[in-house]
Amino acid sequence: MTEQSVWRPSASPAALRSRAQQLAFVRGFFAEREVLEVETPVLAQHGVTDVNLDGIAADISAAGRTGGWLQTSPEYHMKRLLAAGSGSIYQISKVFRNGERGRRHNPEFSMLEWYRLGYDDTELMAEVADLVCGWLGCARPAQVSYRDAMLAWAKVDPFEISDQDLRRCCEQWLEPDQIANLDRDGCLDLLMSFSVEPNLGRDAPEFIVGYPASQAALARVSQVDGHPVAHRFELYIDGLELCNGYWELVDASEQRRRFEADNWLRQQSGKPGMALDGAFLDAVEAGLPDCAGVALGLDRLLMLKLGVRDIAEVLAFPFERA
Amino acid sequence: MASYSTNEFRGGLKVLLDGDPCIMLENEFVKPGKGQAFNRVKLRNLMTNRVWERTFKSGESLEAADVIDQDMEYLYTDGEFWHFMLTDGSFEQYPADAKAVGDTVKWLKEQDVYTVTLYNGAPLTVTPPNFVELEVVDTDPGMKGDTAQGGSKPATLSTGAVVNVPLFITIGEVLKVDTRSGDYVSRVKSN
Repeated sequence: MTEQSVWRPSASPAALRSRAQQLAFVRGFFAEREVLEVETPVLAQHGVTDVNLDGIAADISAAGRTGGWLQTSPEYHMKRLLAAGSGSIYQISKVFRNGERGRRHNPEFSMLEWYRLGYDDTELMAEVADLVCGWLGCARPAQVSYRDAMLAWAKVDPFEISDQDLRRCCEQWLEPDQIANLDRDGCLDLLMSFSVEPNLGRDAPEFIVGYPASQAALARVSQVDGHPVAHRFELYIDGLELCNGYWELVDASEQRRRFEADNWLRQQSGKPGMALDGAFLDAVEAGLPDCAGVALGLDRLLMLKLGVRDIAEVLAFPFERA
Repeated sequence: MASYSTNEFRGGLKVLLDGDPCIMLENEFVKPGKGQAFNRVKLRNLMTNRVWERTFKSGESLEAADVIDQDMEYLYTDGEFWHFMLTDGSFEQYPADAKAVGDTVKWLKEQDVYTVTLYNGAPLTVTPPNFVELEVVDTDPGMKGDTAQGGSKPATLSTGAVVNVPLFITIGEVLKVDTRSGDYVSRVKSN
């Protein structure tokens, strides 16, 4: 079999035009609300500690510094701007995640990330809805808790089920030896991906809220019905995960604890530990203002706008052609 | 033996699963933004032709299967085996059994070249080219003037294959046939 030539774009001219319109829409949306557009480095000294995010190491050498990482999100730099008094900001940037390629993933993709001073997760969800529904013309999203979504589609109570029963639920997809070294969140992610996600946002967009504290990432945690839950939300439309937002953690010592917990998890799963980003931790120490922030996949938003199922249809040149 | 990790998974990869050689048909990457990544993979078992669906965690790997496709010339059959020879000048011969030859037997013509898939050095399957040229050995007499109208009749080819051909085809003519559908394509002009 001969390899197909890769010089042509995989997106149609109409998709390329729609991408340009989407960018203009987003910039108009934030200009009207007086949120400042910023640009932060795509190439930086530190990567993230998240156990499930693999950065792409950059082989840079300049001004006596070597190494570095392509950024998986502009979060740390944007929070440094917030700590320095920028006020509410947004950014449209390219971000990079190693190993991620599929109908909904490309190792390089376009992310819209924004932070709103004084907002909590509920207020930011309303703004996400304004933006997304304004562009797609869709119904405003309902809110469903992570627990209820899991109960409805996977028949599992994520806060109450025992580790043993949870593992048993995974046997539909994995062999026992594969499940043996999958942790609790890994099992929940499996159920989320295969049982729950395909059903989310089918009829109307849905925000999933109230994630288990173990999946808080950089969100604040509070007690709900006796369980610690994260002030984290995700928006799903037609089974597609579109954004991930937090009422942001501003406690510096808690921030450092979570980074160290990440690295412990990385070590457990045989991944190299990541050096902590000192400049970011210093910024949180200096004082991150109360804010909520969200990251939204612009390529996926365009997929929804055009009603296409493969990210290659909205990218001029997906990874295989790049 | 080499192995492939999940980030090397792609259609066409030949791997060992439960001890059987398989070809990867589809690889679906699934990952919640902050969560564990999985690969949902469809594979065809090359021994049984059955399609399997399996899930792998990001970072898991599968052993590579020693499966390669080779161009080989068909030589002859001794009734039990069909003998093929590499076209690379080595003259190396491989006997393929009835299971490996399968339905391709009806397209086998001596000296034509076929794709022989070897597993651990032994023929696993034999695939014909998309088009073969074969002589008609038996068919009802042709009718003059019947070149444009529809209508067809069966014709037996030199390999034993029976295909539907236009009414004007006569014994001794050489036909081009599509092996994927078993359809007549055209007459081949004899020089």
